[in-house]
Amino acid sequence: MKNLFIQFRLTIILLVLFCGIYPLAVYAIAQFAPNHGKGETVSVDGKVVGYRRIGQRFNAFNYFWGRPSAVDYNAAGSAGSNKGPSNVEYLQQVQKRIDTFLIAHPYLKKSQVPSDMVTASGSGLDPDISAEAALVQVKRVAGARKLDESKVRQLVESKIYRPVIGTVTVNVLELNLALDELK
Amino acid sequence: MNTEITGIIPVFGLSILAAIPFGRFIARTFLGMKTFLDPVFKPIENLIFKISGIDPDCEMNWKQYLKAMLGVNLLWFVLCFFVLLTQGSLPLNPDANPSMTPDLAFNTAISFVVNCDLQHYSGESGLSYLGQLMLMFLQFVSAATGIASAIMVFRAMKDKTTDKLGNFFSNLVKSCTRILLPVSLIVALVLAFQGTPMTFEGKDKIITLQGDEVEVSRGPAAAFVAIKHLGTNGGGFFGANSAHPLENPNYFTNAVELWTQLLIPFAMIFALGFYLNRKKLAYVIFGVMTVGFLLLVIPTVVSEMGGNPAIEKMGIAQAGAMEGKEVRFGAPMTAFWSIATTVISTGSVNGMHDSTMAMSGNMQLLAMMVNCFYGGCGVGFLNFYIFIILAVFISGLMVGRTPEFLGKKIEAREVKIAAFIAILHPLLILSGTALAAYCAAGDYEMGWWFSGKATGWLNNPGSHGFSEMLYEYTSSAANNGSGFEGLGDNNPFWNITTGVVLLLARFIPIIGPMAIAGLLASKKFIPESAGTLKTDTTIFGVMTFAVIAIIAALSFFPALALGPLAEYFG
Repeated sequence: MKNLFIQFRLTIILLVLFCGIYPLAVYAIAQFAPNHGKGETVSVDGKVVGYRRIGQRFNAFNYFWGRPSAVDYNAAGSAGSNKGPSNVEYLQQVQKRIDTFLIAHPYLKKSQVPSDMVTASGSGLDPDISAEAALVQVKRVAGARKLDESKVRQLVESKIYRPVIGTVTVNVLELNLALDELK
Repeated sequence: MNTEITGIIPVFGLSILAAIPFGRFIARTFLGMKTFLDPVFKPIENLIFKISGIDPDCEMNWKQYLKAMLGVNLLWFVLCFFVLLTQGSLPLNPDANPSMTPDLAFNTAISFVVNCDLQHYSGESGLSYLGQLMLMFLQFVSAATGIASAIMVFRAMKDKTTDKLGNFFSNLVKSCTRILLPVSLIVALVLAFQGTPMTFEGKDKIITLQGDEVEVSRGPAAAFVAIKHLGTNGGGFFGANSAHPLENPNYFTNAVELWTQLLIPFAMIFALGFYLNRKKLAYVIFGVMTVGFLLLVIPTVVSEMGGNPAIEKMGIAQAGAMEGKEVRFGAPMTAFWSIATTVISTGSVNGMHDSTMAMSGNMQLLAMMVNCFYGGCGVGFLNFYIFIILAVFISGLMVGRTPEFLGKKIEAREVKIAAFIAILHPLLILSGTALAAYCAAGDYEMGWWFSGKATGWLNNPGSHGFSEMLYEYTSSAANNGSGFEGLGDNNPFWNITTGVVLLLARFIPIIGPMAIAGLLASKKFIPESAGTLKTDTTIFGVMTFAVIAIIAALSFFPALALGPLAEYFG
C-alpha cells in the first residue's frame, strides 16, 4: 500500500518534469533557433513557398525534378513505398520510371540514368537529389527555359553541396529558386 | 562514395570513446560516490524523494525491487492507455487528430511502456501533441526502468553475500535526473538548432513553388527525438521516423542521433566494469558484442552499397540501393544505421527496412533474434547475462567442474531460469509468425480481427511477404520497434497479438536475470582458487559467443531460410 502511494506521487512529479519542464525548456531555447523552431521556411517576395528541408513535387519541364515520392510530397504525412527488392510489380514500376525519364531526357543513354531519380525515398519528402541527378537534367531545363546550357550547369555546380565527410547532395527547392532568379 | 564510408568510422569510434567516461560516471552515480554533478542534482533528487515519500536508503531484496518495478509500470500503462483513448477531446490537439481505437491504444501504450515503440499509427495523423508528450514521458521512464533493473543485477554481482540490493525508486530517479534528462536536453537543443521543429503550432498550409497546395506537419519534435534515441526507444514523431527530413535534417544530425542511441548501451557495459572493479570482464563482454556487431554490419553495408541486382539488370547508373533511402544519408550510412538500430533495441529507422536487400533484411532480423549485442538501454546487458550463465554452466560441464560465476555456484534453479529465458525469445517469435503465416497461407476471412482476407495485410508477395510477418514478431519480441512497414498492422489481429508478445518479451527477460542475480547474491561466496573457471578471458568470450550463435542459429535458421534467405537465393 505504501508502495502504491509512492508510485502515484512519483509518477505525478515525473510527469511534471518530462511533460512540462523538459519540453518547455527546449521550447524556450528553441525560440532562438531558425524561424523560432517552427521549421525553416523559404520565401519569395515575402510569401512562404516552402520549407527548406521538405521536398516538393516538381514535374514541370522548366524545373529540376526531385525523387519519386510515395506520399506525392504532401508533408501532412510521410512514408516510403516499402516495396521489397524482388517484388515484380515494383520492378515494373521502376522500369516505367526509367522509360519516362528517358523520354523527357532523350539525349541520355540508359546507363546515365541515376538510380535516385527512379526510386522512391524513405520519407517521401526527400529534399535532395544526387549531383549526377541534377547534372543530367541541365540540358532539358536549359532548353525549356531557353537559357544557355553552360549557365545552368554553372548554377547547378554552385548548388552542389560537397562536404568533407558525408554525402554529395543538391537541394532541389533551393536550386529551382535560384533558377527562377537566373536571367 | 568513399567519403560516405569514412563517415561511419567517426560515428562508431566516437560513440565508444564517449561511452567509457560516461560508463564510469554511471558506475560512480550508482555506487553513491561523489560526481562533479552532485551540487546540481542532489537538491533536485532530494526534492523528488521528499515529495514522493521515497526513502533512498531503504534497501530492497530482489522480490521487493521487482514488485516496485512492475507496479509502477502497470500504473504508467493504465495512464497512457486512457490518454490515447481520449486524446481527440483533450487539449493540445491543433490538428484535430482522433482518439485511438481501443486495440491500437492497447498496442501503443504497451509498446511505449516496454521501451519498444512499435508504432501501428503515423504520428502526423494518429496522435495529438498531448499524446506525443505522454509517449515522450514513457520514453524517459521505460529507459530508466531498464537502467534501474540492470543496476540491481550489477549490485547483486558485486556484494559477497547479501539480500539488500538497493532501492528501485532511488535508482529510477537517478537514471532520470543524472543520465536521461541532461543528455536529452543537450541533444534536443542541437537538433532544434539544426532544423528539427520545436513548436506547438499545428500543420502549416503552403502553396509550393510549382503551385501545389500542400500541408506540412510540425510539432514539438526536437525534445521527442532526443529521448527517443538516448533511451533506445525509437518511436518516431513523424510516420517516416528518422528518415523524415524534419526529424533528421542532415548528415550531422544523423551522426548525432546515432551517437545518442549507441551511448547508453555501450556505456552500461563499461559501467559494469567500473562498478564491479573488473574492467577486464567488461572489455571481454564488449569485445564479444563488437565482433557480433561487425559480423552483422559489414555484409549489410556491402549489400546496400552494391545496390539491387534486379535494377542493375535494367542498365542504369546505380549508386547503392536507393529505394526507401534518403539522398542526404546515402546507402552505407543507412545500412550502418539499420544494424545499429536492430542490435541495440532502438528501432528508429533512417530508411525503410522493407525495401533493403534480402541479405540486409536477414542481418537486421538476426540482430534482433540474438538481441544481446549491446542491446537496449539497461536490458541489453540483462540479455547477455543469461548467455553468460548458460556459458558458465556448459563450460563447467565440459571441464567437469562445478560451474561458478564471480564466486557464486550456479545450480539447477538458476540454469532452469536462464534456459527458460533463452527459449522464450524464439518461442514468442516463431509461434507468432506461425500463426500469422498460417492465416496468410490459407488466405482466410479474418472477420473482426482484420477486414478482408489475411493476405491483405501483406505489401509484398512471396518470401518477402513472409519476412514482413517474421520481422513484425521479431521486432516485438526484441522490444525493438522497427518494422517492415509495408505490413498492414493497424488492426485488431496485429495490435493484439504483438501487444501480448511485447508484454511477455519485456518483463520476463527482466524478471529472469533479476531472479538469478538475487538468488546468487544470497548464496555463500566461494573465494577464487586455481580450479575456478575464469570468466574474464578471451576463451570464455569465445565460449559465450558460441553459445549465442548456437542458440540463435538453431532456433531461427529455418525461419530465416523461408524468408530473407529464400529471397536472396531466389
